Amino acid sequence: MNDMTPLAKLTIKDWESDQEVRWCPGCGDYAILKAVQRTMVDLGSDPAKTVFVSGIGCSSRFPYYMASYGFHTIHGRAPAFATGIKLANPELDVWLVTGDGDGMSIGGNHTMHVIRRNLNTQILLFNNEIYGLTKGQYSPTSRVGTTSPTTPLGSVDRPARPCAFALGAGARFVARGFDVSKHLPDVLKAAHAHQGAAFVEIFQNCIVYNKDVFDDFAAPKGADQQQLWLKHGEPMLFGSDKTGGVKGIALDAAALKLKVVDVVDGDWQAAGVIVHDVTNRSVAHMLVELPFGPFPMALGVIYDDPAPSYEDAVGEQDARARAGKAADLGKLLAKGQTWTVGG
Amino acid sequence: MADALMAERDTEHATPEAVVVRFAGDSGDGMQLTGGQFTLSTALAGNDLATFPDFPAEIRAPQGTLFGVSAFQINFGSTDITTAGDQPDVLVAMNPAALKTNVPALKAGGLIIADSGEFTKRNLEKAKYDANPLEDGSLAKWQLLAFDISALTIEAVKPFGLGNKEALRCKNMWTLGLALWMFDRDRQPLIDWLNDKFAKKPELAQANIAALNAGHAYGETAEIGGQIRQQHLAPVPSEAGLYRTVTGAEAVSLGLVAGAQLAELPMFFGGYPITPASAILHNLAKLKEFGVTTFQAEDEIAAICSAIGASYAGQLGVTSSSGPGIALKGEAMGLAIMTELPLVIVNSQRGGPSTGLPTKTEQSDLYQAIYGRNGDAPMPVIAARSPSDCFECAIEACRIAVQYMTPVMLLTDGYIGNASEPWKVPDPAAYKPFPAQFLGEANGTDGEILPYKRDARGVRPWIKPGTPGLMHRIGGIEKAQDTGNLDYSPAAHQLQTDARKDKVDGIAAGIPAQDVDQGQAGGKLAVVGWGSTYGPIRQAVRRARAKGQDVSHIHVRHVWPLPANLGELLHSYDRVLVPEMNTGQFKTVLRDQFLVDAKPLNKVSGQPFTIAEIESVIDTYFDGVPGNAGGSELAADKTQLPSIKAVNP
Repeated sequence: MNDMTPLAKLTIKDWESDQEVRWCPGCGDYAILKAVQRTMVDLGSDPAKTVFVSGIGCSSRFPYYMASYGFHTIHGRAPAFATGIKLANPELDVWLVTGDGDGMSIGGNHTMHVIRRNLNTQILLFNNEIYGLTKGQYSPTSRVGTTSPTTPLGSVDRPARPCAFALGAGARFVARGFDVSKHLPDVLKAAHAHQGAAFVEIFQNCIVYNKDVFDDFAAPKGADQQQLWLKHGEPMLFGSDKTGGVKGIALDAAALKLKVVDVVDGDWQAAGVIVHDVTNRSVAHMLVELPFGPFPMALGVIYDDPAPSYEDAVGEQDARARAGKAADLGKLLAKGQTWTVGG
Repeated sequence: MADALMAERDTEHATPEAVVVRFAGDSGDGMQLTGGQFTLSTALAGNDLATFPDFPAEIRAPQGTLFGVSAFQINFGSTDITTAGDQPDVLVAMNPAALKTNVPALKAGGLIIADSGEFTKRNLEKAKYDANPLEDGSLAKWQLLAFDISALTIEAVKPFGLGNKEALRCKNMWTLGLALWMFDRDRQPLIDWLNDKFAKKPELAQANIAALNAGHAYGETAEIGGQIRQQHLAPVPSEAGLYRTVTGAEAVSLGLVAGAQLAELPMFFGGYPITPASAILHNLAKLKEFGVTTFQAEDEIAAICSAIGASYAGQLGVTSSSGPGIALKGEAMGLAIMTELPLVIVNSQRGGPSTGLPTKTEQSDLYQAIYGRNGDAPMPVIAARSPSDCFECAIEACRIAVQYMTPVMLLTDGYIGNASEPWKVPDPAAYKPFPAQFLGEANGTDGEILPYKRDARGVRPWIKPGTPGLMHRIGGIEKAQDTGNLDYSPAAHQLQTDARKDKVDGIAAGIPAQDVDQGQAGGKLAVVGWGSTYGPIRQAVRRARAKGQDVSHIHVRHVWPLPANLGELLHSYDRVLVPEMNTGQFKTVLRDQFLVDAKPLNKVSGQPFTIAEIESVIDTYFDGVPGNAGGSELAADKTQLPSIKAVNP
């Protein structure tokens, strides 16, 4: 498959399937779809070698709208299908699309294991903090107090944090973005560049059942004070003089936790602001646990430190086991202690 | 036959045709290993045989307890053997619990060999014996040989400096040595095996060999006091060729490898540990050079979903489990049916529902196999009838899956999965290949891609992702004809539901017509079985026919869809009797499909049918019930036959 002539430069149109997109008008999924299609163009990907695999839910309709191969499977199980696909043909570029209900609730177990095994795939978890397709029940990522048909008095259980879950499961790549962010294609490209399971939480606005729930940090107004965009090798800075001052994230060494510090005259070193190192797992753990409010929302590539992928390890082990051995079925059948009856 | 073993009664008796021996001990006593090695030696001696390993669900149950007893039964002889035997002729009991749980099945007059060294006060209490049965006369209806195997073993292995505990582990080899002597067997293959097994610990190999030789010498030097006479059972005359023994789990594994080769596909096996199905995953994990990839998934659902993913990517996806795991896989089977991807699902049935009897056998997943999914979800089902038949059935499952783009379920059960029998090693060249076909270019007019364009048999093309120009989307939502695009319209669902059903029904046209295993089409009574009841039904019908009863045996491999001629065949008999290890599932399927008045004969004790149980019920159709003397027909009625309990209390 490597000897094919290079593909002509594709456009976003080439990545749009002929299927009518059926999300609600105004749904954040449209923006994510465009960002993914833009990413595929920028990556120069081949639609014939690309597979989108999804579970069930609004997000999981995604594969139908991509002009690549696509498999819309069953609720929560997309990681298991992706594992079979990738082991059967490691050359395929497999993207996994899931949601907070699909990936964190019914399929939480598979999310954990696909990350733990480090299957070389991009896992895009669209987090809208609600069940959309089943008409608005609260989800495992809904905030405490979310009223919904199943929690008319407000939810009382504490929400799961997808990025913290992913790191806990052993993720080697964790990133965050949101639907309408112009940075989303860059985050997706970084996920694609990572060899291994790349976990991306994408906050997505459900305009019908959980409208504008992310506005506190995603709305353009005040965004620079509420969004911490992380870049490897650069200080963790946010805000500006126009919006209430430049601030940074520093380590409170006594309490062993992160803190927000003011940066005066651009002297972030003096303020002790941390330089983002995507390979620092300890800081990654702190970043994904930062409570929003006292802290801005940490976005971008939080952690990226590759390890050997599962399918490579399986392939290498299988190749070693096969080396120098013939697949002689006749011999296999006659293995062990045998005896001959004369004729 | 047990009488034949006893020298004082035996001088005028001829050597028997078959012997049933049961080894029973604590789960730590190595009874399965003893049975397995005795089986090999029996096979090497050229006897036909069938085995029945019967072990507890606990890995190491508390020592000496009744629920910790592990047993291995073998039936062998110079005649056609298809069951592990109804009642043992010889019981080897390594402790009081093993004696208590197994002696009731021993044939009257049968031989008990007991390790008196284990009949201590404490062990007797654990086995809930008030008095020592070796001494209180309660075993009077059997022949008893009790000696201190423990002490004899310790004595035999003394030179090797083992600790007491390790020395006692050699008891099973001592016992095996005695058994090998009793049946005039060559010890050398076993000595070779021990040397190989303990290659890294030669002192253990030497100790075990010494124990084996001591047990053998004990018999030979008549230390038993002349009570046992040595037996030599002649080899069974069989077709010329190369033979080995095979268990059902081994044969399934080999058949899947063969099936994938015949389909010219790499195989992907996704599994999750479950008793009694795990052995298939263990076996295949060692066969990478055959293009096999094995994946131990995080759960049963992931196991089947990964296999479907691999099939989607162009390999032969296979998954395996037992009832509880199969239940978890149900939704994914529906997806494989809906997307029409090949898949083989092996169900090694065990007693249910829920956790049920993990290590015991049952055939109670038939409804689950045929019907157990949401929606109209037709799926072919094949049932293997014996350990070696698992090979043929696994190949057939692969063939149907690939040729019809459908999931296929292969049913085995705990009994045939663990049991072994001699197997004439097949020649792979004798099987007709069924190479998988992949679509390479657009199949519609004007270059359209039509993933759900069906051929004359209703089968869609298989399209591998990675194929240039054939990008398309599939999924579990109802779809339009040909294109496979989402379409929930009433017309689309009617059309596709019909198409899926017609495709699976049509498989009946490509399978062999149902044959009659013994007897002929037409007559008074047909005994119809499926799966592992083959052995006892075969022998029961053989005995009945020898008595002149007009009874035939039909054994169905393709339980869904059923062979096209089966209905007509069943209607050619006055009566149809269906013995099965469930409460009457196949009986109901036959009634439903053919409006035939099939009668059930059911057993759900976790144990296979004995021959006598089936034979006695066949008798009721001829002589055994009032008003039916001389084999006159029963009056037509709608009542069911008496249960096995009533017939054979």
